[in-house]
Amino acid sequence: MADHSAHAGHGEHHIVPKRVYFLVFTALIVLTWVTAWVSTVELGALNTVVALSIAIVKASLVILFFMHVFYGTRLTKLIVGAGLFWLILLLFIAMFDYWTRTWVGVPGR
Amino acid sequence: MITATAPAKTEVNYLNCEHGLKSWLLTGDHKRIAVMYLIVVTVFFFMGGLYAAGIRLELATPAGDLFDSNTYNKVFTMHGVLMIFFFLIPSIPATLGNFLIPLMVGAKDLAFPKINLLSLYIYAVGACFTLWALISGGVDTGWTFYTPFSSSYSNGYVITVGLGIFINGFSSILTGLNFIVTIHRMRSPGLKWFRLPLFVWAHYATSIIMILGTPVIAVTLFLLVLERGLHIGFFDPAYGGDPVLFQHMFWFYSHPAVYIMILPSMGVISEVISTFSSKKPFGYTFIAFSSVAIAVFGFLVWGHHLFVASQSTYAGLVFSILSYIVAIPSAIKVFNWTATMYNGRVRLTTPMLYALGFIGLFTIGGLTGLFLASMGLDVHLTDTYFVVAHFHYVMVGGAILGYLAGIHFWWPKMFGVMYPETPSKISAWLVFLGFNLTFFPQFILGYMGMPRRYHIYPPEFQVFNVLSSAGASILGIGFLLPAIYLTWSLKYGKPAGPNPWGSTTLEWQTASPPPPTNFDVTPVITKEAYDYSHEEVLDIG
Amino acid sequence: MDSTVETVIPAEAHHDSSAVRHHFSTAEQQKDSATIGMWTFLVTEIMFFGGLFLAYFVYRQAYPAAFASASSKTNLAIGAFNTTVLICSSLTMALGVYFASIGKKKLLILFLVLTLLAGGAFLGVKAFEYHDKWVHHEVPGAHFDCEGCADPGHASLFFALYFGMTGLHASHMIVGFVILVILIFQASKGRYTPEWYTPVEMFGLYWHFVDIVWIFLFPLLYLIDRTKERLF
Repeated sequence: MADHSAHAGHGEHHIVPKRVYFLVFTALIVLTWVTAWVSTVELGALNTVVALSIAIVKASLVILFFMHVFYGTRLTKLIVGAGLFWLILLLFIAMFDYWTRTWVGVPGR
Repeated sequence: MITATAPAKTEVNYLNCEHGLKSWLLTGDHKRIAVMYLIVVTVFFFMGGLYAAGIRLELATPAGDLFDSNTYNKVFTMHGVLMIFFFLIPSIPATLGNFLIPLMVGAKDLAFPKINLLSLYIYAVGACFTLWALISGGVDTGWTFYTPFSSSYSNGYVITVGLGIFINGFSSILTGLNFIVTIHRMRSPGLKWFRLPLFVWAHYATSIIMILGTPVIAVTLFLLVLERGLHIGFFDPAYGGDPVLFQHMFWFYSHPAVYIMILPSMGVISEVISTFSSKKPFGYTFIAFSSVAIAVFGFLVWGHHLFVASQSTYAGLVFSILSYIVAIPSAIKVFNWTATMYNGRVRLTTPMLYALGFIGLFTIGGLTGLFLASMGLDVHLTDTYFVVAHFHYVMVGGAILGYLAGIHFWWPKMFGVMYPETPSKISAWLVFLGFNLTFFPQFILGYMGMPRRYHIYPPEFQVFNVLSSAGASILGIGFLLPAIYLTWSLKYGKPAGPNPWGSTTLEWQTASPPPPTNFDVTPVITKEAYDYSHEEVLDIG
Repeated sequence: MDSTVETVIPAEAHHDSSAVRHHFSTAEQQKDSATIGMWTFLVTEIMFFGGLFLAYFVYRQAYPAAFASASSKTNLAIGAFNTTVLICSSLTMALGVYFASIGKKKLLILFLVLTLLAGGAFLGVKAFEYHDKWVHHEVPGAHFDCEGCADPGHASLFFALYFGMTGLHASHMIVGFVILVILIFQASKGRYTPEWYTPVEMFGLYWHFVDIVWIFLFPLLYLIDRTKERLF
């Protein structure tokens, strides 16, 4: 039972036009030099936020277009999403220990 | 439902279709790979068992008269490493999972047969590293390799064993990868997700854990090896490193790993209980979803191993609550299995005996886990024999009993012969009684305060230790007997037909042993799973 | 859950049955399985590098001054240049896959070779950076002596992570190198057609993933605190 809907399920047959690759490439290069330049500007705590945000945008462009996930099946998107979600889980829950180690008010502390 | 005619053993099957060592060592057939895995994991099981014998011999007396403390440390470390990484984690997935999953989904093989073979060889390479370390003098850090002892102070072969486990992890990852793709993409026509056997659901959930968790222990061991080998401080306090970070990273995998060990076993139990009650599993959907829930929630609780490790108390609170929640899906399964048997036509065959044992022992193990999940109690019980008893109840009383149930249940399918019923029932009882005698006293010992990983103890603990060691010898015999009579049955066992138990899943609809490509005609599924309503399905041999 | 299930097609209906392995029913099922398999593998890589990212976040949060000062020992312009080179290699790889999919063998080989060269340039620059660190005693271990680092007792943690993370990344690139050489060789023998170019596409996924890791490594290792510098 082949899926005939527009994008989903047609990842294997869909050929991404070269134009898309060049656009994404340009965006990636621009963002690289922007992030490098912004790091020299004093923004305090925002420096890290901006740098990571730009990195996330760049990575998303690579995943969606260079790696064809935008045109891929639902399952592919699910697998990518699960992987990223688990990474966040690892980072966030482990960091929760370190962030709360200095909190006081619990018996024994 | 497609039924194959009952062929005699002499027809072409996966065992006799090709001969010679090369045809086995270079095979792509998932069934042959499963049999090779069966042989190697059995070898490592008995090696780990020898170390267990060493432990129980030493602990029969309070004084350290058999080993000195360093040697004892090596003995329990190797017991843990071999049993966990080289037996329990691959056991059901690599043997029964590899054999049955293509059959149960109606496929000719797994999605990537060559990768399946590769995973076997990677296991072998990892095993070689570990054996080399063993022969050279062993490791004394405990299977948990806590830093800074393992990174800076231990005199054992930490790097070698670390590399061995690292390599072995890839075997696990490749198996999980193969299962996920096979279950998603190679189900035969009409085989929707909720028509799949619960064994397949269990392995799907297990594979998710293998994929998401194993890489983390890989990178943890990688950093440990770097620190120990090149003296680059990651966990070393002298450089501001945090030894507790090692524990976070280690347990992020190692806790879900215990669910890798139990979920496939639960899958076996679902099949065995359903078949020998001649009833479809009660609450099929709940059992299926609970497998996935255990896989997901199992990743959220690892901090319960760090309650007394100077982890923040707030983090401990969160991990404690989540550890209680993760028990719920397991409990749901136990209730569903029990309800399946109610009003069923229960037959007490050997696999069923093991399954019933599983339900009782796993429940005890799971409940005692809740004791440990409570932070206050854990302060008293952690690092005592209570913990040792708890995990042996779930891993032996649970996982291994499920493994034995599965081996017996599918033995006729894999080899076309029946195992001898009387010796197998005797063994099952020896295992059950020996196991309880070995490990129940350990709950009491732990509560009384006996610490784990010590080769000596105060004389007031001796009585229970002697009971435990006595139980271990009975348990050992109980484990040894199947190795003997199962091997015996390969030559002298009664020939088995395609469906000696009257079961309904796809693997029983083809010959025993199956032909090389599993089915003569690709099955088309039109009914729901576990349809026991028609008597003619019950071809009880 | 994906409910797509392939229908059974008798063997005679396969026109390119030589490319379809016996346990698959159709070429599409085989290709789709390969894609899912490769993505599942990449998820394991996400978690593999993820452990190092955790260690990074833990120690940066604990010793921000040490990390900021140690990070400025890396060269911003070289890092940005290298990032650019790697992104170029991603473009050439994507184009290689494109030309494989439309059967342009010569262009496929050209772009695989360009990917190889860009990757080689990246590794060459990295080797230069590593050597520079070695010479300045910034490699953790017995000879570590970071000049001008704030909080030198903990600066070595930054460098341990620098070498650990970029080293792991570089080793993935070297593996990619070897596979690229094999792909180029196979492509020159005409092995890849629009009906079957799966290895090229799957390797492309791997190569892009390695690029994504670097997209995160660059800000985390090079851009912690550059406010005392100018880019141009």
